[in-house]
Amino acid sequence: MECQLGNQKPPLFLNFTEMKKRIIIIGGGIAGMTVAGALPSNEFDIILIEKEILPGGHVAKWDRLFPSRRPAKEVLDFVQKSMAKNVVIKTGSTITTIHRDQNLFTLHLNGEEPIVGDAVVLATGFDLFDARKKEEYGYGIYNNVITSEELEQIFHEGKKLTTSEGKTPQRIGIIHCVGSRDEKVGNLYCSKVCCVTGVKQAIEIKEMLPECEIFSFYMDLRMYDRNFEELYYEAQQKWGINFIRGRLSECAENPGHSLIIKTEDTLTGHPLKMTVDMIILLVGFVPSPETKRIARMLDLQTGQDGFLLSSDEHYNDNSTSVPGVFLTGAVKGPACIVNTIADARATALQIERFLITGISE
Amino acid sequence: MINFNLFVLPFFLGLIYVLVAVGKSWYHWIKALTPIDKVKLSTLIRHPKQALSALKEVFLESLVHRKMWKRNPLLGYMHMSFALGWFLLIVCGNIESRFYSGVHVNAPYYPIFLKFFIHDRLVIFFEVFSVPGFFRFLMDFLLLYILSGLVLALLKRQYSNFFGMKRTSRFQFTDRVAMTCLWLIFPLRLLAESFTAGHYGSGGGFLTQPLGDFLVQLLPVPSEFVAYAMWWGYSLSLGIFFVMLPYSRYMHIPTEVLLIFFRHAGIQPKKWYSSFSDTEVQSCSRCGVCIDICQMNTAGIHNAQTVYFIQGVRDRYVPEEITQKCLVCGRCQEICPVGINTDSLRLIKRRELGSGQSTDFSYLKSDDKPKTAQIVYFSGCMTHLTPSIIRAMTGILENAGISYLHLDKDRSICCGRPLMIAGKDRQANELIEINKQIIHETRATLLVTSCPICYRVFREEYNLPIRIQHHSQFILDLIKTGKIPLQGQFKKVVYHDPCDLGRGTKTYEAPREVLSKVTDLLPVKQEANNALCCGGSLGILNVTQQQRAMITKEALDILLENKPEILATACPLCKKTFATHASIPVMDIAELVYQSIPKPSYSASAQSHQAKSYANELI
Repeated sequence: MECQLGNQKPPLFLNFTEMKKRIIIIGGGIAGMTVAGALPSNEFDIILIEKEILPGGHVAKWDRLFPSRRPAKEVLDFVQKSMAKNVVIKTGSTITTIHRDQNLFTLHLNGEEPIVGDAVVLATGFDLFDARKKEEYGYGIYNNVITSEELEQIFHEGKKLTTSEGKTPQRIGIIHCVGSRDEKVGNLYCSKVCCVTGVKQAIEIKEMLPECEIFSFYMDLRMYDRNFEELYYEAQQKWGINFIRGRLSECAENPGHSLIIKTEDTLTGHPLKMTVDMIILLVGFVPSPETKRIARMLDLQTGQDGFLLSSDEHYNDNSTSVPGVFLTGAVKGPACIVNTIADARATALQIERFLITGISE
Repeated sequence: MINFNLFVLPFFLGLIYVLVAVGKSWYHWIKALTPIDKVKLSTLIRHPKQALSALKEVFLESLVHRKMWKRNPLLGYMHMSFALGWFLLIVCGNIESRFYSGVHVNAPYYPIFLKFFIHDRLVIFFEVFSVPGFFRFLMDFLLLYILSGLVLALLKRQYSNFFGMKRTSRFQFTDRVAMTCLWLIFPLRLLAESFTAGHYGSGGGFLTQPLGDFLVQLLPVPSEFVAYAMWWGYSLSLGIFFVMLPYSRYMHIPTEVLLIFFRHAGIQPKKWYSSFSDTEVQSCSRCGVCIDICQMNTAGIHNAQTVYFIQGVRDRYVPEEITQKCLVCGRCQEICPVGINTDSLRLIKRRELGSGQSTDFSYLKSDDKPKTAQIVYFSGCMTHLTPSIIRAMTGILENAGISYLHLDKDRSICCGRPLMIAGKDRQANELIEINKQIIHETRATLLVTSCPICYRVFREEYNLPIRIQHHSQFILDLIKTGKIPLQGQFKKVVYHDPCDLGRGTKTYEAPREVLSKVTDLLPVKQEANNALCCGGSLGILNVTQQQRAMITKEALDILLENKPEILATACPLCKKTFATHASIPVMDIAELVYQSIPKPSYSASAQSHQAKSYANELI
C-alpha cells in the first residue's frame, strides 16, 4: 500500500541521469517521520517504510503525553506535517531481505519491486514487554490485570475504566518496572518513560474516577526530566495518590475476580498484602524481533541488552559500523519523545553530510 | 633364601608401605562408623549372601568396570584391561610360582619377578601344552592385554573425544608421579622378561621370547646387564607407585572395595562429613566422567565440577566459591561409575560453612481454628509465581468433585528445601517443625503438591505418617480411576524432567503417562535421568543471570529439537525459567490436563479465551 502525499511520484529505481540520492527510512513512527521531515526533500528521494497500515508507531495508540498531558495527536500531527509532500510512504510493507552491494542497498519488500537506496535509516523502535512473561502478576490469567498500553487505549477511545465485571473500580494498583530492571526476565536496563507514565496515568484515573484509591508500587521513581518531579508532587499533594516502595512479588485472584497483591513496603520493612479491584502493569521497552532480524541482515552490532549499537555512544550515536546505515530513536534503547525527535533531527544532518561528502562519522 | 636379589627391595618395601597405609585407613574408617553402622557392617559377616553380592559388585565394578563399558566401550576396555588384567596377572602369577617353587606360600616378590629366577627351556613342541607352557602363554597374553589398555590410556590423553570425553580431569603432582610409574610398570616388565628370555634363550612366552631374541641381537652391551637394569626399573616403578598410591587418585582402588561393602551393609550417607563420606571421597578415581555432563561448562565455569570439588575435599581445602557453584541437579551422581552421592557431599560441605542468619517464622503460626480435610493441596511458593498451575490444579480438583483444603492458598509457606540446599539446616528444621504441625492439624491422609522441590523435601525430611504425592502422580490416579473425563487435543509435546522430581525422587513415568493421555508426546535426546537442568536451580546463588540464561538456552535447544508445539514440565520453577527464553508456550502437565477436561463454561470465560489466544499466537 502506498500513501502518496503529493502528486509527484519519484521512480523507485535509482535514476542515474538525475543522480538524486535516495534515503530509505525503515519505521514510520515518531523517529522515522522526523528524519523524513528534517531531510531536504528537494535534494533527496525519501522513502519511508512502515509495517503497519497507518504510520505513527506507538504514539498513535497513546492518548496524552507526559509531563504536560497534552494530546499525543498534537505531536503526531506536527511530525506528520513536517514531512514534505514528495516523501513516499509505503505502509503495510515488510522487508524480506536487504542486500548491500558497494555503496548501494537493495531492499526487497513483500510482493513488490525491490527498492535501491544510498542510505538506510533504522527507525524501527521497540516493542512493549510481554507481561505474560511475568506470570506471577497474572496478566492473561486474571481478568483485571491490564497493561499501561491498554489503559491508554481506554483513555484514547474515551471509554470509562471499569473492571471486567463492568463495575467501577474502588481501588487500583499501579505496578512499576514490569519487564524493566528485572534480571530474572533478562532485562537489566531501565525503560526510562514508565515512572512518569505511571504518575501521569494515576492522575488521569483520579480525574476520571475521583473516588478511586490508587496505590503505586515502585522500586524508585526516576523523575529525571523537566517537570517530572513537579508532576510527582502534584500526584501526591493534589490527587492523594499513594506511593509504596516495594516490588510486587505475586498476585492472586479472589472468587469475585478482585486481586490480592503481595509485596513488601521496604520503607517500613513490613510485608504487605492488599486487595485491589484491578492492577495496571507499566510494561517496559524491549528490542523488537523485527529490528533484530533487520540488524542481522545488515550485520549491525547489538548490545548486551539486545538494542542496537551505534559507532560511538557520545559523538557518533547515529552512524553504525556499516557506512550508509544509520540508527535513530528507540532502536538504540528506551527513549522518550523529546529525545527521539532531537535524535532524529541529528540523524538527518548526519545522513546529509554522508551523502554529500561520503563521511559517515 | 635362594630366590632373592637386591632389586626386589623397592617393590617389597613399597608393598609393605601401601599395605600398612591402606590398612590404617580402613581401620580408621571402620572405627569411625556410628555404632548402628558398625552393627550393620558386622551383619555382613553373618549373612554370606549379602557379602557375596558385595563381592560380585567388587568384581563387576572394580575389575570389569561395567559402568564404564556402558558409558563408552573404549573407556570400559581401557579400565578393565588395567584392573582385571593386572588382577589376573597377580593371581595367575601366584599359581604359576607355586608350580615352580612347589610350596604354597612364596615370598611376595617371588611371583612378581618369577622370570628373573626361573628360565627353563621347553624342550619339545608338545610341552607348549604342558602346565608351564600354558602359564607362559597366559602370562604373556595378560601382559599384552594390559599393554593394549596402556596404549589406549596414552591415546586418551591426546584424543579423549574417541573415549566419549571432551574434557579430562586436571591432575595433581602426586597423581602425575603415580600415573607415570603405573604406566612404566608394564612396559618395563615386558622388557625385563624379554631381555631375560633373550639372554637365556629360554623361559619366555609367545611374546617375550621372540621379542627378547630379537632385542638381544641388537644390543651392543651384554644383555644380562640390560636385563638386570630392567628388573630394577620394574621393581622401582612398582615400589614408587605403591608409596604414592595413598596420596594419589589410585587410593580409589582399595577404598572402593570397602565402599562397596559399606553400601551392601546398608550404610547411608549422613548429614555430616562421616567416615562413609570420607570413603566416598577417597573412592573417587578422578576419571572425569562428571566433567562433560556438568552444565556449569555451558556457563563458562570449568573449576567447580564434582571431580575438582571432591579433590578439594580430599585435600582438606575447598574454596567456598566452588562448594557453592553447583546446580545440585544430580546429573553427576547418575553418571558416577563409583556411585558417589555427589549432591549429598556438596550439601555436607555447605552445612559446614554454616550461617549465623537468624530467622523468624512466627508469621506462620495462626490462632485461627485449623481447617481439616482428607486431601490437602500444597501448591508451594514457586507455584504462587505461576498462578496458571494453581488455577489448573484447583480446577482439576473441583472437576473431579474432590473436597480438599488448599493449605497455602492465602499465605506462602516455604517447605524448607531452599534453606537446606544452601546448607542452612538449622533454620530449615525450625521451619519443618512448624510446617509439620500445620500439616498435622489438617488431619490429612494425602498431601498433594505441585512443586517437585516441596515433594522431595516432604518425602526426605518430614517423616509424615501420610501419603505424599506430586500432582503428576495424583492426576494419574484421577485419570486411572476415571474421576476426570479427558478430551485431549494431542498436540506435539516434549516433556522436561525437573531435577528434583526425576533424579531427585525417581518419578519419571507418572508425568509421561499423564501426558500420553492428552498429548502426542515426542522423545527428547536427553531425558529421564539424563535430562538437563533448566538453569533456574535454587541450589546455586553465585552465578549471574546471563550464565543461567546460557544453561537455559542450551537445554531449550535440546528440548525443542523435534519441533514440538508445547514444552511441558511438572515444576513451576522450570516453567518460569523456560518461559523467559522459549519460543513456544511452556505449560505444566496440570494445565494440559485441565485444558483437556471438557467443560462448557470454560471456553466461554474471558480468561481462558485470553490464554488460548496466547497459545495460538505463539504456536
